[in-house]
Amino acid sequence: MMFAPAPFLLKDTSVSQVMTQVCLALVPGIAAYAWLVGPAILIQLVVASFAALVAEAALLKLRGKPLAMFLSDGSAVVTAWLIALTFPPLAPWWLVATATVFAIVVAKHLYGGLGQNPFNPAMVAFAVCIVSFPALMAQWPSVGLQLPLVEQLNVIFGLSPRVDALSGATPLDAMKTALKLADGEIDVAHLLANQDLYGNFAGRGWEWVAAGYLLGGLWMWQRGIITWHVPVAFVASLVAISGALWLYQPAHFASPLFHLLSGGAMLGAFFIATDPVSGCTTPRGKLIFGAGAGLLAYVIRVFGGYPDGVAFAVLLMNLCAPLIDYLCQPAIFGMKDKA
Amino acid sequence: MLNLFKFKGGVKPPTNKTQSLGRPIAVAPLPSRLVVPLHQSIGGTPRPVVQAGDKVLKGQLIGEADGWISAAVHAPTSGTVVAVDMHVQPHPSGLDALCVVIEPDGRDEWTTRVPVDHRALAPEEVRERLQQAGVVGLGGAVFPTHGKLTPSKTVPMQELVINGAECEPFITCDDLLMRERADEVVRGIGIFRDLLQPEKVLIGIEDNKPEAAAAMRAAVQALGESFEVVQVPTLYPAGGAKQLIRVLTGKEVPASKRSTDLGVQCFNVATAYTAWRALAHGEPVVSRLVTVTGNVAEPCNYEVLIGTPMAEVLKLGRPHPDTDGIVMGGPMMGFLVPDGEVPVVKATNCLIAHSERLFPPKAPEMPCIRCGSCARACPHELQPFEMYWFARAKNFGKTQEYHIFDCIECGCCSFVCPSRIPLVQYFRFAKSEIWAREREKKAADTAKTRFEFKQLREEREKAEKAEKLARAAAAQAAKKAAEAAAAAGEAAPGETAAAVDAETDPKKAAIAAAMARAKAQREAAPPRNTEQLNAVQQRELDEIEARRQAAGISPAAPAEKTE
Repeated sequence: MMFAPAPFLLKDTSVSQVMTQVCLALVPGIAAYAWLVGPAILIQLVVASFAALVAEAALLKLRGKPLAMFLSDGSAVVTAWLIALTFPPLAPWWLVATATVFAIVVAKHLYGGLGQNPFNPAMVAFAVCIVSFPALMAQWPSVGLQLPLVEQLNVIFGLSPRVDALSGATPLDAMKTALKLADGEIDVAHLLANQDLYGNFAGRGWEWVAAGYLLGGLWMWQRGIITWHVPVAFVASLVAISGALWLYQPAHFASPLFHLLSGGAMLGAFFIATDPVSGCTTPRGKLIFGAGAGLLAYVIRVFGGYPDGVAFAVLLMNLCAPLIDYLCQPAIFGMKDKA
Repeated sequence: MLNLFKFKGGVKPPTNKTQSLGRPIAVAPLPSRLVVPLHQSIGGTPRPVVQAGDKVLKGQLIGEADGWISAAVHAPTSGTVVAVDMHVQPHPSGLDALCVVIEPDGRDEWTTRVPVDHRALAPEEVRERLQQAGVVGLGGAVFPTHGKLTPSKTVPMQELVINGAECEPFITCDDLLMRERADEVVRGIGIFRDLLQPEKVLIGIEDNKPEAAAAMRAAVQALGESFEVVQVPTLYPAGGAKQLIRVLTGKEVPASKRSTDLGVQCFNVATAYTAWRALAHGEPVVSRLVTVTGNVAEPCNYEVLIGTPMAEVLKLGRPHPDTDGIVMGGPMMGFLVPDGEVPVVKATNCLIAHSERLFPPKAPEMPCIRCGSCARACPHELQPFEMYWFARAKNFGKTQEYHIFDCIECGCCSFVCPSRIPLVQYFRFAKSEIWAREREKKAADTAKTRFEFKQLREEREKAEKAEKLARAAAAQAAKKAAEAAAAAGEAAPGETAAAVDAETDPKKAAIAAAMARAKAQREAAPPRNTEQLNAVQQRELDEIEARRQAAGISPAAPAEKTE
């Protein structure tokens, strides 16, 4: 007797389809990124993907899991890409590779593999590296610096010295440092007037990368891969807190637009905080999760010790996710008046 | 125009209905043998009233209802009963159940049919006739219809919902029934309306069946009824009773309530049709419409006698050679039958020839990534991935916290799951485990009560025995004293006799005492192995206990129930 449980009809979907679509959604952002800093980012994506797949394969083998099935699910590649996109594009290859291996081995497989990790693996890797290698993690290419491919390769693979010209800072970091150094003597509007660094809104070119992520995120929402809750709550809370402080003291606090389009805000809102495994799943839970992540990201990036706060914000909210979900269970069909 | 409501979730699988809509309803030929299961509805198992060798006529009672929630079963054709025995059932378990096996005589000769006008009968009598005619819900749940036709005493009946949605892919038997026999369906709805006296009657039909809706509208108009035919959006599972009630009335019926508590009741269109046939024509339910589709060359709807082997029905559609099984029901909630010989029953609305071409084997199960697709697809707004997690961990208490018993097993969650987790399967497992544990707990409670009672009885008997022994000892002592006095008083010539007496009397006393002890022991003898009884043993024990009580042998035991 044959046994196959209903339903016999199934929607054409799979984990690898979902992950592939997430990767596809990252493409506009990656394209803008590559246009901004050159092919370095593509090299980092390849390095991270390779490291992720090797680590994934090794761990699957150790754990006695079917290799082909899990290697092709695409989750390791998504982690790898998020790492590559959050690290400085000219970071040495070993840093990106180490981070990726750490993410896959420790943050993912030691917790039980796909679907079991309480923390977003990419953000764990980012946090570990920014704590362990703060100098390297702060070396962003100077604005407008477009090294040719060979030179970028040489820098990434350590074949040529890490020239000082490379050690710029992100617009976020630059603004924070400038404000701190000036000690209230320079105001934000004055700083932002520097079009070379800050571009039209939030950092020359970076705003286009953010726009690319936004575009990809909207596409994922349209495809039903993510729901609107987390990105909307994230953006809303970031706008609310930055807007409130900006209105209160425009000289000291940058505008909401600056905060939205700089650093990891867009990537975080659409691609990182929406990670279903480590995030909230109930509609109300997602709103709280997104709002909390947006708020914490702002607080850390403006008042904290790190140039950007998205990674720590997401990790802190990951901690709270099970409790939030537990408290936010929606009322079910027919029981709404009781709830 | 009626204001429609929406239910959350739902999915849109390819409907695959056109294949079987091209041909009118055909009558399936008489099979060589009919296997009619006695238990075809929710509730009790009808008692067989025929035995091997009996001649039966079409429509003759062969199984009588054994309680209120139970419906009679009838001979689907005339012929000879060849056996009343166990056969494999159309159920995923593949278990056997009692069936009446009939060899048709080919004449298909009806028993005397007594048409009645339901309006001339008292409501109780209408309900009883429906029960006698074996009218049950033909939408798939096969709940005895008469059991749903008593209006609530406290809540006024507002809406009577008639379900012609037929949301499962592939199935078209209700569609064709409405197209071809709308008149009798509407007349049947009239019966339900007369019994329930609702404020309004709403007939819900998915908007992918415009022909059926038009036919129903025409019939309603022709019969001068005020029923409203409403086309509802095509969205699986809009044909679930609770979903259709929600769409048409905005009311949500939770698992913990009956729909009548909210002033609404729901019947399938085919049920209305059979109710009409049962009363106005005196024809009990001996056949039903079955969609034959799937991997077949000629998909079609057939009027099939209950008890016809499924493989014979499937053959009518000329299944392709790669057919490897039969699915009873639709592709979302149906199941593969254990064997082609299982009979068509009242619940059989569709037979789908299964093949790997039609339903490719499922990809291996991956871990849950908590994407929440299942929660968004769930029409009951449950959190399937959470229930899955707890069901997998066998943490059944938690599954109940997440309302597992509100799950209607529609399959939407499994349909959308990117990890290909057979979620519904996990929920069925959890539900049956919970039921099994509750039964075990009940049995354990019963055993505990029995044990405590036994202890009480033993203590009492011990006390009684001690008292008895004390009394015997006292009597003995008194006797001995008397004897001693007598011996002392008597002269020497009586010495021998006295010695003999003295020798025999203690013996007698000892024997009596031993007998009393043995009796007490017998009475106190603990029944062994009573802690782990199965239901049958428990019932037997209870019966013995009852007989003993009736005969006054043992004291009344506390009331016990096993099921």
